[in-house]
Amino acid sequence: MAVCVAVIAKENYPLYIRSIPTENELKFHYMVHTSLDVVDEKISAMGKALVDQRELYLGLLYPTEDYKVYGYVTNSKVKFVMVVDSSNTALRDNEIRSMFRKLHNSYTDVMCNPFYNPGDRIQSSRAFDSMVTSMMIQVC
Amino acid sequence: MDAPEEPLPPVIYTMENKPIVTCAGDQNLFTSIYPTLSQQLPREPMEWRRSYGRAPKMIHLESNFVQFKEELLPKEGNKALLTFPFLHIYWTECCDTEVYKATVKDDLTKWQNVLKAHSSVDWLIVVVENDAKKKNKTNILPRTSIVDKIRNDFCNKQSDRCVVLSDPLKDSSRTQESWNAFLTKLRTSLLMSFTKNLGRFEDDMRTLREKRTEPGWSFCDYFMVQEELAFVFEMLQQFEDALVQYDELDALFSQYVVNFGAGDGANWLTFFCQPVKSWDGLVLRKPIDMEKRELIQRQEATVLDLRSYLFSRQCTLLLFLQRPWEVAQRALELLHSCVQELKLLEVSVPPGALDCWVFLSCLEVLQRIEGCCDRAQIDSNIAHTVGLWSYATEKLKSLGYLCGLVSEKGPNSEDLNRIVDLLAGLGAERPETANTAQSPYKKLREALSSVEAFEKHYLDLSHAAIEMHTSIGRTRSARLVGKDLAEFYMRKKSPEKAEIYLQGALKNYLAEGWALPITHTRKQLAECQKHLGQTENYLQTSSLLASDHHVTEEERKHFCQEILSFASRQTDSPGHKIVLPLHCFAQLRDLHFTPSNAVVHVGGVLSVDITMCSQMPVPVHVEQIAINVHFSIEKNNYRKTAEWLTKHKTSNGIINFPTETSPCPASQNNLPALELYEMFERSPSDNSLNTTGIICKNAHMLLRRQESSASLETPSGVALEGGAHVLKCNDVTLQPGANRLMFRTQAKEPGTYTLRQLCVSVGPVRFVLPHLYPLVQYDVYSQEPQLRVEPLADSLLAGIPQKVKFTVTTGHYTVKNGDSLQLSNAEAMLILCHAENRAVIYSNTREKASDVLLRVQSSDKVTSISLPAAPAYHMIEFELEVLSLPSAPVTGGESSMLGATEPRGKPKDTRKAGRCMATTDHKVSIDCPWSIYSTVIALTFSLPFRTTHSLLSAGTRKYIQVCVQNLSELDFQLSDGNLVDPGSADLQLVPLNAKSPQHTHSKQSVFFVWELKWAREPPPSLHCQFSVGFSPASEGQLSIPLKPYTYEFQVENFFTLYNVRAEILPPSGTEHCRTGSLCSLEVSITRLSGLLEVDKDEALSESDEYFSTKLMYEVVDNSSNWAVCGKSSGVISMPVVAQATHRVHMEVMPLFAGYLPLPDVRLFKYLPHHSAHSSQLDADSWIENDSLSVDKHVDDQLDSSSIKSRGSVHSASSSEHKGLPMPRLQALPAGQVFNSSMGTQVLVIPSKDDHVLEVSVT
Repeated sequence: MAVCVAVIAKENYPLYIRSIPTENELKFHYMVHTSLDVVDEKISAMGKALVDQRELYLGLLYPTEDYKVYGYVTNSKVKFVMVVDSSNTALRDNEIRSMFRKLHNSYTDVMCNPFYNPGDRIQSSRAFDSMVTSMMIQVC
Repeated sequence: MDAPEEPLPPVIYTMENKPIVTCAGDQNLFTSIYPTLSQQLPREPMEWRRSYGRAPKMIHLESNFVQFKEELLPKEGNKALLTFPFLHIYWTECCDTEVYKATVKDDLTKWQNVLKAHSSVDWLIVVVENDAKKKNKTNILPRTSIVDKIRNDFCNKQSDRCVVLSDPLKDSSRTQESWNAFLTKLRTSLLMSFTKNLGRFEDDMRTLREKRTEPGWSFCDYFMVQEELAFVFEMLQQFEDALVQYDELDALFSQYVVNFGAGDGANWLTFFCQPVKSWDGLVLRKPIDMEKRELIQRQEATVLDLRSYLFSRQCTLLLFLQRPWEVAQRALELLHSCVQELKLLEVSVPPGALDCWVFLSCLEVLQRIEGCCDRAQIDSNIAHTVGLWSYATEKLKSLGYLCGLVSEKGPNSEDLNRIVDLLAGLGAERPETANTAQSPYKKLREALSSVEAFEKHYLDLSHAAIEMHTSIGRTRSARLVGKDLAEFYMRKKSPEKAEIYLQGALKNYLAEGWALPITHTRKQLAECQKHLGQTENYLQTSSLLASDHHVTEEERKHFCQEILSFASRQTDSPGHKIVLPLHCFAQLRDLHFTPSNAVVHVGGVLSVDITMCSQMPVPVHVEQIAINVHFSIEKNNYRKTAEWLTKHKTSNGIINFPTETSPCPASQNNLPALELYEMFERSPSDNSLNTTGIICKNAHMLLRRQESSASLETPSGVALEGGAHVLKCNDVTLQPGANRLMFRTQAKEPGTYTLRQLCVSVGPVRFVLPHLYPLVQYDVYSQEPQLRVEPLADSLLAGIPQKVKFTVTTGHYTVKNGDSLQLSNAEAMLILCHAENRAVIYSNTREKASDVLLRVQSSDKVTSISLPAAPAYHMIEFELEVLSLPSAPVTGGESSMLGATEPRGKPKDTRKAGRCMATTDHKVSIDCPWSIYSTVIALTFSLPFRTTHSLLSAGTRKYIQVCVQNLSELDFQLSDGNLVDPGSADLQLVPLNAKSPQHTHSKQSVFFVWELKWAREPPPSLHCQFSVGFSPASEGQLSIPLKPYTYEFQVENFFTLYNVRAEILPPSGTEHCRTGSLCSLEVSITRLSGLLEVDKDEALSESDEYFSTKLMYEVVDNSSNWAVCGKSSGVISMPVVAQATHRVHMEVMPLFAGYLPLPDVRLFKYLPHHSAHSSQLDADSWIENDSLSVDKHVDDQLDSSSIKSRGSVHSASSSEHKGLPMPRLQALPAGQVFNSSMGTQVLVIPSKDDHVLEVSVT
């Protein structure tokens, strides 16, 4: 499904980023980083309305020839970015939304871990890792 | 508009299309009406109600009126909508029945039959009336008859199909009214026809669509049908609906492609899968691209053709709808999806062809949008178009790389062939753009023609894209385009232009902490800097890369080697140093001082252990590691040192350096944490709070200007500090990972040393850490020698040997053999010399150095202690035993005060004094060898005991009781309690005490009692001396005999003179006293002795060798058990003869039932007023002072063993008349009166008629 999943802190540094191993990791890093432009834009455009409506899903950030980049922002302004292969037309908005929701839940679990410092990179959460893996495994 | 005579063109595919309305009948009449009609018809909107729940719309109707011909009517099966006549109108002006019958009726019938043959039901008959015509003909029928006839003949059920239009060309209200009615009718009819015919068409279309699974179904055919509908909507100006038709087609096609990808290929789709031969981009400048449409109609279109056509139609409609930004957005989606679809359908496309198509299309869309918007609009909507710009840039770039236009040498022959092929696919430029200078076609052709032209176009596009991204705040995107540009420049071998873009991008990634992009960009930057010959920058970037874990091991080694080889190459030319920040080379982990508190005395050795983490992948040989130390003299050196000692004991002397979250913390995390402190400012005069606030102690760190230049990457211009104080470590090989480094230094000058700058030298390369943070300091101090004497326990106890600790801190003084402390003895304090006194010498760090015997020599004046030899900055500790004599200076006054037994007297005083021990201070002056001045030391000893005494009587027998209270925490053994009266020999003190030693625990008391016996007349006062031996109970044998504890006191007037006896008798005839009934109180006062020395005072009177004295008695019942009836007091004259008795009878009444104690009977000496020589004085004071002062007066005269009464004096004094000379009362000392009925009780039974029982609960 997803080819790259990233969790980005409020200050825009990556808390977690993983891409499918077959592809060049660097490319996705650049892509996710650049997509933050649109995330910022969408957040500031939505402004208060976003908070009120509790709509955390930002939708398609920008399409590229080969990939679609989707965004999601939590109430604490932590961003989730997911890159999906463009050829994977089976993925509709609803599936993306539910994937984000799953990601958010899993991220909340990580935050609930008393040994995790908010703001640290997510490195040692097996549950989170396997959840991300499950989201990426269904490719092809 | 078209005249009805004109032949109708077959199909008009322009926006000038309008729904067709045919006109039959009188053509001349219609021609005359036509201008007004075509002008009036669209004037007012009409609501169009629609089927399938679609929202109703207001619609302005226009029509194309053509002459009725039978050919216009669609034949069976013809689905064309555009040419469909929606309404047929028959016009007539006839007002003559004859004419009607003769021609018009036939004509109408014929018209109707044609319509019926084609099952067309949308018709209207218009009868125009003209007043002018009526006047000409006289024999006309009323107007209505013709209309009625027509209605009768043709509109059998629908009479409204025939409409009258009166005087259409006049300007009257009637005309107006008639026009309005007609127009409304016309509009309604048209709309009804639309609804009906479009509905039928849509139904047919849907049926066709449902057949799409059948094998023979063709998308192109269906496309044409639905597009027909779109055209009609467009014709009706319903662009929204028209767009929906195209979007549906779009979605349908996309779905087919997706299904194809899933393996479900439709037959017709194979037509679209032909290899792409033309990639001329989108055509958006014509409303309808007929060439492409024909291709589709002929089923010869490729995917690109179909997509191009579809998008051009959508674009046209969106522009009609004033939504140019949606065009841009859809265009980007379209281009992306086209590329995907071609891949999915496995259409063969020559390399680069798609890039050309996308590039052309992007520019076409952008130019189309620019063509219909003004500059301001475009500028404010860059967000929508910037995607297309960067997409075009990207495509041009990939074309450039593909065709060898980016390489230094330019394209080779293979590249040139490819260029020719690509240009061929573009075809010829389209006529509509042929005259435009900047058409996409021309741009692409030019860009591909030469290396220079390509560069120009590519730079133009890139800069435009960067500028646009920047202007809308998309800095990251701008950086990415910039990086592409940098790559381009590097390919073109102009690193100087590339550097700025790389630096910019790197700064951005660093600020946001993106490790992989940082590493990648750094690698590019390293290459760039190498080409530019920026040695320092290159070395720094290299060191950063060598320490970067995202770089492969080989690359790290390579970069590390770059630094090392540079270092070794440059050794021959000294002077030039390359200063690089340390953090990319190595990191400090922790620092550890020995001694661990980082305080060292002058001359002491201090070592600093540093753990340094080398980030290099290989071992690095380092010539020198130096730490610059800043020296400052502290004024209050010693205090500072003491502070440090306490502060650093816990932290164990290890300072941990914060690990920099490698390699790039977010910029916010770089800042140190806020250090906030509360601040209170009090006024100096009354200490009240003036101001309060919060102070940020590290504001200078937080408020520092954020360097806008990329300080992280360029050498930050760290100045190498040179200083006198440097810690050095030479020739070290730093292994990858943690290394322990040790620096040793000998302390010289006292003061505070702050570790400031750390510098690692590798050849001419200096890795410098400009500031060590947190602050690392060590202190060097010099200390004066010092002697401290302090008790071992909390307090010293007098009377028993106590240990005192002597501590000599040598400081800078070296104790030599023969140095001694000279103690001048205090008189009452002994220094006990034991055979073995040991002194312990400790080093500065409290480690035991040695243990030596101490020699103490004591003479009567001076005790001399020979100190053992000890080096400087050591401590000598030893203990001595001292003994303070226990009872020598017992402060007399205080003690007697405490000793006074006053049952009711002054409880406050006793309570206050109860807990604390009396103390004595002893001052010892000590001469120390290092000083010419003596040190005076005060030692405070506490007395462990408090002693009180009291006199007890039993008739004439007397006892003395001494109470010894142990106030200390220790347990004592008391023995040999002894009481003597050294003054009188005829007095005998018989002890009633146990002979064995008494154990008294802490806070316990021991009582001793003696009976007083005398042979002859007792003296008026006794001087007693009490002594008791004591020793601490816990200790065994004491080395020295202890002095006994002594206590001296006096007892006066102890001999009993009077015996008072009281008795209560029940009323005669009854057995018991009853409440409320009077009983008699018999008091008998008996003199027990003859005349004694103590009786000789003013109260004594003599007559004939017969002495008597005056006494006053008083009966008081303080507990209010008794009511004394009659006189409760009286003065009696008592003969001073043994066994002389005076009896007093009184009536008392018990108030309560039960065993009641007897009321008190008190005796006073009654001193007549005239007889006292001091009476005048006394009387004065009596007058002046109130009764309380009398009390005091009496008190003062009492000695310690007497009992005084307060209440009696009150009653006596208050009954006297003030101002007159009055007799005085003096309480008899307690020892002189014995109350033999004290403690007796009388049974009182309640009276029988007492119904009220009073119960008081207290």
